[in-house]
Amino acid sequence: MIAVEIRKMLRRPRTWVTILMLNALPTLIAVLLALTDIGPRPGEGPVFLSSVLSNGTLFPLAALAVILPLFLPVAVAVIAGDSIAGEAQSGTLRYLLVRPVGRTRLLVAKLASIFVFVLLAVVVVAAIGYVVGVNLFGTASVAASVSGTTLTNEQIAVRTALAIGYITLSMLGVAAMALFLSTLTDSPLAATLGALAFLIASSLLFTLDAADALSPYLPTRYWLAFADLFRDPIQWRDITRGIALQGVYVGVLLSAAWANFTTKDITS
Amino acid sequence: MIRTSGLTKSFGQILAVDGIDLDVREGDIYGFLGANGSGKTTTVRMLLGLVLASSGEIEVLGKRMPKQAKIVLPRVGALVEGPGAYPHLSGRRNLALSDAAGVGGSRSDRTVRIDAVLDQVGLAGVDNRPVKAYSLGMRQRLGLASALLRKPELLILDEPTNGLDPQGIREIRDLLLALHAGGTTVFLSSHLLAEVEQLCTRVGVLDRGRLVLQDQLDILTAPTGNSVVRTPDVDRAHALLDGRVLGKDGDRLTVAGTDAATLNVLLVREGIRVSELGPDRRTLEQVVLEAATNSGSDRIPAVTPSRPDQPAATFGVSG
Repeated sequence: MIAVEIRKMLRRPRTWVTILMLNALPTLIAVLLALTDIGPRPGEGPVFLSSVLSNGTLFPLAALAVILPLFLPVAVAVIAGDSIAGEAQSGTLRYLLVRPVGRTRLLVAKLASIFVFVLLAVVVVAAIGYVVGVNLFGTASVAASVSGTTLTNEQIAVRTALAIGYITLSMLGVAAMALFLSTLTDSPLAATLGALAFLIASSLLFTLDAADALSPYLPTRYWLAFADLFRDPIQWRDITRGIALQGVYVGVLLSAAWANFTTKDITS
Repeated sequence: MIRTSGLTKSFGQILAVDGIDLDVREGDIYGFLGANGSGKTTTVRMLLGLVLASSGEIEVLGKRMPKQAKIVLPRVGALVEGPGAYPHLSGRRNLALSDAAGVGGSRSDRTVRIDAVLDQVGLAGVDNRPVKAYSLGMRQRLGLASALLRKPELLILDEPTNGLDPQGIREIRDLLLALHAGGTTVFLSSHLLAEVEQLCTRVGVLDRGRLVLQDQLDILTAPTGNSVVRTPDVDRAHALLDGRVLGKDGDRLTVAGTDAATLNVLLVREGIRVSELGPDRRTLEQVVLEAATNSGSDRIPAVTPSRPDQPAATFGVSG
């Protein structure tokens, strides 16, 4: 069933249009940087963007940092919000369930296919970012880590792979939220917008000093911690916390989705 | 094949299905009749485990539903409230995906089965255009194809001829009859009396959530023991047969007794012209209208305000 869901997701034109659009902004930024040669000052703008001008191999990370706060989670919310509600709307949910596909299995398969989508999107953005970066900015034998020491290209490659994994996991909280909402409603749009509201609320609370007590529990709190992978040595504290937090969100929301979906009358 | 006892479903305050005891036997083409909104679809959805019953028991193919859905449903083909397909994919692709999604469809003969079933429903020549370009009738045929893909023992079809033209309806009827001849039991939910009358061997009638009738069709429409005479000389005939005439409706007389031949001689000898003569049968329509005393439930008459000492709506207990 997981394979079927993944095949279904890959066959949708929408999947590829979304991934293409995720690449548009980073590529535009790269072109502008290359043309003007004006990078943001260190410490300003998206992470890594300031170091890109001297080493194109860092551009995949800059591209991910550009899409991470908004574009990627929006794409995830669209795909995940559509997962059950979209099937309900197109009238295919009832046929899946009488095929029969167990309701629990269907939920798990949907989450797996969302995970594959995020991984695919992140890998494609990183890959296109690499091609664009190397072609526009060239390569250097070493790069400066965030801590100021130097990293070899090999180290950069390994850490970029880790960052891709971390970013993918970071999206699971939003995905689980959208999936849960998708079991509540027959409207994919409502599920997607609900998940986005959750995301925006989290981002907003994160900037509010009065909400400091909440901040360790906000789903977006540790998203940018992937930059810690490029410190020397790697600082794992926020990374592990980020992964654990996403795990908690996935656990709670998926249980809620399961409890709702397995006892629901399918009237769509 | 299908057996329910005291099957009840309420959505909040509304009692959609009220204690019905279905009995569909192996080899039946069972016509499940009822006005729009009488609870047919809810019942079908409960049989398939989509809607969970409030109370009562369901047995399909001798197994409890929805508990044993994993064993039961692979042997059942279903069409529920219109077909459902992914609009951006072709019909073949849709069938393949649905087949791969569950158990009971082997991959090795999938293409062969899909071609066979498309041929069965009259879509053999369909190209690779996406389902969103299909007509309503084509979608309906595709839905049927999906139900037939794994040669089910039991077909549960909700309004299978929706959106088809008369030619298509006839094709589907022939297809269902052929499947039935091959040993498939068919449970057909419909509000079209003619469709059920032409096709079914047993009939159940649902009226506002209650099963008001369930019997063999040939028993329900058996000759009544009377004869029907149509004649232009209706008054003379009436006078001649006085005492035996049970009813008069325009040029049509209902006469007691089944001996049409003798009746014919009697009338003709008196010079009364007979334009039609035969045994009196009740039509399914008469049977159904008699059983379902409530009008179609999409008709909503004005309600007289209920007295304050009585609850606004009372529902009977199941029985």
